[in-house]
Amino acid sequence: MDSGTISGIVTIVFVLVFIGIVWWAYSRDNKQAFEDAGRLPFEEDNAPISKGDSK
Amino acid sequence: MEATTYNYKVVRQFAIMTVVWGIVGMLLGVILASQLIWPDLTFGIEWLSYGRLRPLHTNAVIFAFGGSAMFAVSYYIVQRTCQVRLWAEKLAAFTFWGWTLVIVLAAITLPLGYTSSKEYAELEWPIDLLITVVWVSYALVFFGTIVKRKTKHIYVSNWFFGAYILVIAILHLVNNAELPVTLTKSYSAYSGVQDAMVQWWYGHNAVGFFLTTAFLGMMYYFIPKQAGRPIYSYRLSVVHFWSLNFIYMWAGPHHLQYTALPDWAQSLGMVFSLMLLAPSWGGMMNGIMTMSGAWHKLRTDPILKFMVTALSFYGMSTFEGPMMAIKTVNALSHYTEWTIGHVHSGALGWVAMITIGSMYYLIPRLFGRESMYSTKLIEWHFWLSTIGVVLYIAALWIAGVAQGLMWRAANADGTLTYSFAQVINTMYPFYGIRLMGGAMFFSGMLIMAWNVWQTTRQGRVVNDAPIPQAVHA
Repeated sequence: MDSGTISGIVTIVFVLVFIGIVWWAYSRDNKQAFEDAGRLPFEEDNAPISKGDSK
Repeated sequence: MEATTYNYKVVRQFAIMTVVWGIVGMLLGVILASQLIWPDLTFGIEWLSYGRLRPLHTNAVIFAFGGSAMFAVSYYIVQRTCQVRLWAEKLAAFTFWGWTLVIVLAAITLPLGYTSSKEYAELEWPIDLLITVVWVSYALVFFGTIVKRKTKHIYVSNWFFGAYILVIAILHLVNNAELPVTLTKSYSAYSGVQDAMVQWWYGHNAVGFFLTTAFLGMMYYFIPKQAGRPIYSYRLSVVHFWSLNFIYMWAGPHHLQYTALPDWAQSLGMVFSLMLLAPSWGGMMNGIMTMSGAWHKLRTDPILKFMVTALSFYGMSTFEGPMMAIKTVNALSHYTEWTIGHVHSGALGWVAMITIGSMYYLIPRLFGRESMYSTKLIEWHFWLSTIGVVLYIAALWIAGVAQGLMWRAANADGTLTYSFAQVINTMYPFYGIRLMGGAMFFSGMLIMAWNVWQTTRQGRVVNDAPIPQAVHA
């Protein structure tokens, strides 16, 4: 196998991996999980004991 | 018994040292900029010569200022978003003293002329070993804290910090593979073009993972916190994370265009650098869009100004970088002042400004205050920094392009139009403007130091910040 073929295969694999990541990130099943994760910095503000992080 | 409070002590230590090392590192920069104009400034004392101080400047701003900032914010963010106290706190304390020792040793050995001569990795082998021990401890503390987290998800900032800790470890070990001959002298395991490639694979990824990935983690926490709203698109941040880290790894060869490096490797470096534009701007837009609906806060909040301006410079320098990696552009820009201008647009505009903004958020919280001692002084700091960076990079853009054009200018008979000294002569006014810009940025840091001092003096040391007991998510 010459280097051109290897480059071609590697390129295809990388493109597929990228498409996979985008699909995973934007799939409907994961929407809620990611939105929950995005609110993590603010979780502390709703916690009953803590009055924010200014204490 | 389970801990009910966060460990703020180590965060506080690193946060204060961030300001201290920022001042030291930037003062060195100002001295170096002056030496370019007045070469005899330091009376020919060899320890203070340009060649000795220059690596000290780069090490101080990157690893002392930037490094301390990263330790501070990563320890803070990982605790708060995992809702647990740091794992292995004694080890965390060791990372502070160990890292500080590394910096002190650098400040002693580099002026004395002990160097492995690898850019951003000049420190000799005993210090390299100490760095390795400190870094492994850092990784243990960080990932140990992630493992014992009480939240279900791992917040995106921690992903960025994790990638940065892991990759810096690999880079450090590979690039510093060396054979010691005496206590203060070693030789690299690589030679020739392999050495150059390993060095710039390391060098560019030091920019990519130390100065970009790590500080994006900072951005993904502090911009939402300061703007008071979650990140615009968490899903975009996931794509941003994987694509940025993957592509960055391959961009290093753009430092070696038109050298003995094989052509295919040069082209690979160029293409991957161009591709980097996409994830870089994706991340920048994600940060900027977080501001939508909160733009009015920019009018009154200089901390947000710092953060949004940092993102603007991030966008600018990540556009400029790929352009400079294009071989034909690189033929003009490489080895000129343009490169120095580009680096500082990233280092001052992006890294320093996002750090300063984050420290202004963080420091009052570590000292039991609602806000910094003076908001007006933050405003002053902001304008000094912004005008300083703009002066700095504009001067070096013009200087660099002029330098590149003069070097390549040829007469009809093929001889060079300008001598090297003539080109240097052309640089003087621009060196002057650059010094002014750098000095402005530096004076902003002095204002910050005063503001921090007043904040800590009137505050109290916080060691009782409570961990939320009810686990959501």
